[in-house]
Amino acid sequence: MITIENIGYHIGHNTLLKEVYLQFHPGKLNLIIGPNGAGKSTLIKILCNQILPDTGSVLFEQRDIKSISVKEMAKMRAVLSQNIELVFPMKVNEVVMMGRYPHFNASPQKRDFDICEETMSYFGVSDLASRNYMTLSGGEKQRTHFARVAAQIWESNENECRYLFLDEPLTFLDIYYQFDFLNKLKVLLSASDLIVVGVVHDLHLAAKFADNISLLYNGQVLADGSVESVLTKENIKTAYRLDAEVQSALNGIRLQF
Amino acid sequence: MVTNNHSRSTTFVLLFLLIGVAFISMRYGAVNISLDEIFSSFRKYFTNSDSMSLNERIFMEIRFPRALLCIIVGACLAVGGTLMQALFRNPIVEPGLVGTSSGAAFGAALYFVLGASFKFNAGVWTLPLAACFGAILSTSLVFVLAVSKESGRSSIVKLLLTGIAINAFFMSGVGFLSYIARDPQARSITFWGMGTLSGANWHAVIIVGLINIVCILLALVYSKQLNTLLLGEEEASYIGIDVKQLKLIILSINVVMISSATAFVGIISFVGLIVPHLLRMLHGSDNRILIKHSVLLGAIILSLADTTARLLLSPAELPIGIVTSLIGVPVFISLLRSKNYYF
Repeated sequence: MITIENIGYHIGHNTLLKEVYLQFHPGKLNLIIGPNGAGKSTLIKILCNQILPDTGSVLFEQRDIKSISVKEMAKMRAVLSQNIELVFPMKVNEVVMMGRYPHFNASPQKRDFDICEETMSYFGVSDLASRNYMTLSGGEKQRTHFARVAAQIWESNENECRYLFLDEPLTFLDIYYQFDFLNKLKVLLSASDLIVVGVVHDLHLAAKFADNISLLYNGQVLADGSVESVLTKENIKTAYRLDAEVQSALNGIRLQF
Repeated sequence: MVTNNHSRSTTFVLLFLLIGVAFISMRYGAVNISLDEIFSSFRKYFTNSDSMSLNERIFMEIRFPRALLCIIVGACLAVGGTLMQALFRNPIVEPGLVGTSSGAAFGAALYFVLGASFKFNAGVWTLPLAACFGAILSTSLVFVLAVSKESGRSSIVKLLLTGIAINAFFMSGVGFLSYIARDPQARSITFWGMGTLSGANWHAVIIVGLINIVCILLALVYSKQLNTLLLGEEEASYIGIDVKQLKLIILSINVVMISSATAFVGIISFVGLIVPHLLRMLHGSDNRILIKHSVLLGAIILSLADTTARLLLSPAELPIGIVTSLIGVPVFISLLRSKNYYF
């Protein structure tokens, strides 16, 4: 479980986050939504230890993330960002192998090769394995990183949970691969030690796939909980300044603007 | 893995080429030295060095150390280029970019022009020391100025831009010194600024050799970590790399390598720029392979350039920088235009 306690963050006089309390549980797809400038990116950066909050702390189980070394963290936590560009040519399987770097010293072992092959086939990039990353389409690049990030935390740790943070990873994918990725993620979430937290922009996707939604607005948590309890007409009006129709559908809810 | 076997055979081809090129560079020059003379000079060196003939002496005291220095400096320039390009994630970076080589040039120019007025004199070591001093001064200046006030960190882009500015600053210093210099001094500055291995001797070989062997081994140790920077600094930290520490280590390795080499042979351009590019076309950008191959290809190219510099107007000698730029520019341009290289 991830516990966020009283997180606050300022730059100058601007308050980006204020008194944020949240909990994320394993086995669920936790999605963070909110309008531009709500503090989603800041929050995910704090979760990833990329910036330090002014107040409060983030706990992985009972451990404050500040007390976990970069090296140890990399063995249990992976982060998927959007739009990663390489400046120099590298093969797809080499990029995926970087996900295994925290797990071996000088050169990769058989186990590392096996895991890379598994994740590449899981995310459908096996055929691209020896292609130059720089020649891939945007969608193919992002799938390569799915495989890399998955390879990083493919194996369960003995005592620790595994954590996966997604920072708007679906932005450059077409709708087929958006669905495909989220479905595959949900299959992985059947493992009881995997905690996934992601930032997404698309409310329809969030409504369709999330198990738990946290709606940020003006640096604070406006609502947190199940899809039905968060994506209400009132909350959408407050956060996004839009009138929405919320209909209950067969599997969840449907939004119309 | 397949790539591994591939890269291993490339290593053998390069090694073979290097031995061939080094051999040619030792045999031919203002005086040609036969194979027999090479063997006999080795024999006599260990048994009876007084009885060596003139050609044997030329080989043992001039050609052989020069060929070795060529190999060492070529390796050092190429590895420096590979390290800097990977660190800055930028294909146009040369190892001297963080101010190192212009600082070295300034130190050397200072020695040429004002050396006599200073009391400081360390014999043959004065020029290398002056150059080293300049290199360290300029590089530290870049680092101090590139650290941002707010975060206390230096971003790669800021380092790069500060490096360009400081380079320009020290080169204008060199320009000023050659303007006020008398004729022979100005010639020395020009010659040194274009690089030359004519001062090669065993002292230089031992000093530059030892420093660079250590640096190259260190670079190999950090090559895996360096790969992660290809994804960007943020991603690298997610894969468990202490990016701040890595940057500092790689930059330090580069400064030590480049200033030690520049101190003895002057500024040699383009080797550090093109070698990593040529090699990336062969086996991609895995720095673990790239650094090993850079050692070999850098040595090959510099040995070739030095042989050309000595033979072209023999018995006179061209500055080697002219040759490397002459070969380097067309190679680099054709690389940029080639279809299977993506920027």
